[in-house]
Amino acid sequence: MESPVEIVQHTAGGVIGLSWLMIVLPLLGAAILLVLGRKTNRWGHLLGVAMSLASFVVAVLGFFALIGLPDDQRRQAVHLYEFIPGMVDMGLLIDPLSISFALLITGVGSLIHIYSIGYMAHDPDRRRFFAYLNLFVAAMLLLVLSDNYVGLFIGWEGVGLASYLLIGFWQFKPSAAVAAKKAFIVNRVGDFGLLVGMFIIWTSFGTLAFGDLGAKVNGVQDGTTLAIGLLLLLGACGKSAQLPLQSWLLDAMEGPTPVSALIHAATMVTAGVYLVVRSGAFFFPEGSTAALAVAIVGAATLLAGAIIGCAKDDIKKGLAGSTMSQIGYMMLGAGLGPAGYAFAIGHLITHGFFKADMFLGAGSVMHGMNDEVNMRKYGGLRKYMPITFVTFIVGYLAIIGFPLLSGYFTKDGIIETAVHHQPVLGWLAVAGAGITGFYMSRMIFMTFFGEKRWDADAHPHESPAVMTVPLIILSIGSIFLGGYLILSNTLMKFLAPAVGRPTDLPVFHFASVPGLATLALVAVGAGFAWFRYGRAEVPVVAPRGSFVTTFARRDLYGDALNESLFMRPGQWLTRIAVFFDNRGIDGVVNGLAAGIGGTSGRLRRLQTGFARTYALSILIGAALLTGALLLVGNI
Amino acid sequence: MTTQYLILSGLLFAIGAMGVLIRRNAIVVFMCVELMLNACNLAFVTFARQVGNLEGQIIAFFVMVVAAAEVVVGLAIIVTIFRTRRSASVDDANLLKY
Amino acid sequence: MGEAITFWVLAVVSVGAALGMVFNRKAVYSALMLGTVMLCLAVMYAVQDAPFLAAVQIIVYTGAVMMLFLFVLMLVGVDSTDSLVETLKGQRFWAAIAGLGFAALIVLAVGNVVFAEPAGLAAATAQGGYIRSIALLLFTKYVFAFEVTSALLITAALGAMVLAHRERLTEKVTQKDLSRARFLSDQPSPLPGPGTYASGNAIDMPARLPDGTVAETSVNRYIARFDVEQGHLPEDPALAEAIKHSAEEESK
Repeated sequence: MESPVEIVQHTAGGVIGLSWLMIVLPLLGAAILLVLGRKTNRWGHLLGVAMSLASFVVAVLGFFALIGLPDDQRRQAVHLYEFIPGMVDMGLLIDPLSISFALLITGVGSLIHIYSIGYMAHDPDRRRFFAYLNLFVAAMLLLVLSDNYVGLFIGWEGVGLASYLLIGFWQFKPSAAVAAKKAFIVNRVGDFGLLVGMFIIWTSFGTLAFGDLGAKVNGVQDGTTLAIGLLLLLGACGKSAQLPLQSWLLDAMEGPTPVSALIHAATMVTAGVYLVVRSGAFFFPEGSTAALAVAIVGAATLLAGAIIGCAKDDIKKGLAGSTMSQIGYMMLGAGLGPAGYAFAIGHLITHGFFKADMFLGAGSVMHGMNDEVNMRKYGGLRKYMPITFVTFIVGYLAIIGFPLLSGYFTKDGIIETAVHHQPVLGWLAVAGAGITGFYMSRMIFMTFFGEKRWDADAHPHESPAVMTVPLIILSIGSIFLGGYLILSNTLMKFLAPAVGRPTDLPVFHFASVPGLATLALVAVGAGFAWFRYGRAEVPVVAPRGSFVTTFARRDLYGDALNESLFMRPGQWLTRIAVFFDNRGIDGVVNGLAAGIGGTSGRLRRLQTGFARTYALSILIGAALLTGALLLVGNI
Repeated sequence: MTTQYLILSGLLFAIGAMGVLIRRNAIVVFMCVELMLNACNLAFVTFARQVGNLEGQIIAFFVMVVAAAEVVVGLAIIVTIFRTRRSASVDDANLLKY
Repeated sequence: MGEAITFWVLAVVSVGAALGMVFNRKAVYSALMLGTVMLCLAVMYAVQDAPFLAAVQIIVYTGAVMMLFLFVLMLVGVDSTDSLVETLKGQRFWAAIAGLGFAALIVLAVGNVVFAEPAGLAAATAQGGYIRSIALLLFTKYVFAFEVTSALLITAALGAMVLAHRERLTEKVTQKDLSRARFLSDQPSPLPGPGTYASGNAIDMPARLPDGTVAETSVNRYIARFDVEQGHLPEDPALAEAIKHSAEEESK
């Protein structure tokens, strides 16, 4: 196994030195759009797209500058300024891992920007939408490009903020406002883990920079690193919607569809994977308990997401379940050490393409169907939306792992590595792939095949070019990218300077046992879906279904669990506190006040206002004093 | 004789004090106060002779002067109160209370 | 022996006068009783080798202060007698307890002390006699207190003037105004005197006007009230009615 190479300080100018432009450009775009407000309504969306594209151009130039360097020079640290004196120097780390993410974020992000021009054309707040999109891109880039945990955390929070703003973009809908709040709050739990993890890193190792941490940790694994690893995993779970913090992702579909594509499929949810891979050399080394925890979380989530995806009639929620599931694959891969990193990142990139492709396709369908999301009211749309149909089919084939498409290579890579390292988890992943075959086929059959089940006022039509062109580009990526990245280990070699790699490079087997089993299971799942939804009539009103269906429809009772475990006790606690406050504390305070008030109310009667009464008390006092003096004087 | 003088002084003082407490007419109350002051003066004079120096008499003299000033101001106040309230009763001026 | 007789006579008189002052309903009597007590005390001062104080007591107290008291009494109204009903609950009882208790304490305290023979003032007044000794003390040791006392007296005088002063709120009425008002009124002539054309000329007898009606204004209303209270009403019902009416006006 090879370790990551040392980080070298970037000295010369050139594109890498200017990589901060990647972050600043979209941030500037967001600032302009938000500060100037309505004045920019006419051209705001164009500015947003331009900033995103410019950022993409910088990323591409940076990428080429990076591959122009020898392997041991491929981790370039760009120092920007001293952030917290003596603690954190703000800087960017340009290495294969971060540049891969930057390319994905800016590339897919730009396509989604372009798509949004058409999708949000009729929204009066389109300019604000683009401002938030730009803000999101900037925050995500800061997250992946930063060379220390503090910068990463700032980006992490920025992503959370942008996600909150975008999910609740239609804040006039109560469900959207609630979903935004839910996403924010659930993310807070994860952020807490990340923060505490950072605190422990600082107190234990005295640095938060990725460059210094390798030497400080020095491969030692003990209770401290395990604790840090688990806390970082908690953070990753929050951002990546992994069990047990998965509940926000399905509700987050309340946002506009491009948001779902950008944030909840292609980029934001991958931040957790990035965090695990970036910290992998320090806190999740191969074979460690923390890494095993990552893999278990990943396997559990991929099954849970797949099961949820099977029961959803809402096309976006079905895709959201699928996203959970696919991120679960990536986490599983990331928990397998350097052997899995390349596949995890590869799957992340290809998933970014085909999931964005499908989400945008779903958006295109909704665009033509009066924003209807219930798949039971679709049916037979392939004739009315040919481009959407074809691109969606490409994404579908990629995600179920149809041979030779992107998903086939990356997912199969993860599964084979998992079977090799953690057989139990690996075979669970195989089963998950079979379920994926079922629910994705179900989605295809319900949407594009079968009878028309539309509402009377639906007039499905193909979307404008500004929406279909990004779909086409994304589907091309969905076809070829996986093979290019995986077949000759291109990605693994490229990433090696950043994350290390196994000594023996894996060879891709087209006919391995797990691979063939996966294909067989996917075929069975797809066939079953055809049997249920392709051949048979799809009822417009969802049937009651069995216990298992209800279980899946209710998101595996995740919300109910959260509610009964956290919300109810919290409510009881506050009620007890309120009761105690009202009766106990207020009682004491009010009782004291009433006691003093009552006593003084009675005592004040002594102040009669009659001078003679006062004189009497004076004389009695004088007499008593004289008597006391006589007694004391012993006369 | 000193004892008798002092007892007489104490009796007069006590009678004056009782008068202050019992009478409602402000002028009579004032007279009772004067009686108390006079009783004190008697004690001073008696002690002056008992111990054999003049300081007691000087003090009694000052008490008289101060009492005279006090009477002047006090009676002026009574006249003012009487003018506004048409009453010289000390019980009538009882608004300063709870 | 002579001093003892003087003392016992004066003691009985002064205590009796003091009690009379406290328990008399009429304020003027109280003032006279207080004067008696003061005179008795002046004599006692003289007996106790304090002739200067005796003189001051008579001049300042009996002369000035008592005059001031009587003067104010006249201003406030001599006719009002104090009601004997005690309005404050328990005031008399507790005042008696406190007063008697206080007196008992003092008697107890003084009675238990055994005094030596009085030293007398012979030594103190050896230098130039009594008056010179007093003057020496006043103008040397106590000169500062003496000066402060003079300031106090001036302040008291000023204070009394300020307190008793009344701002004139209306223009001063001149004789011309009064005369004009009188001739503009319904009755330019003087009010009828009492008893005119009546059966008698007593001051409480209303006058009769030339037409035979009774002139109510001819009788002092204070006298009318006194008549009603004492039942001194004339037999003529018209006259009696007029007096009663006048008395009612007075009570208002």
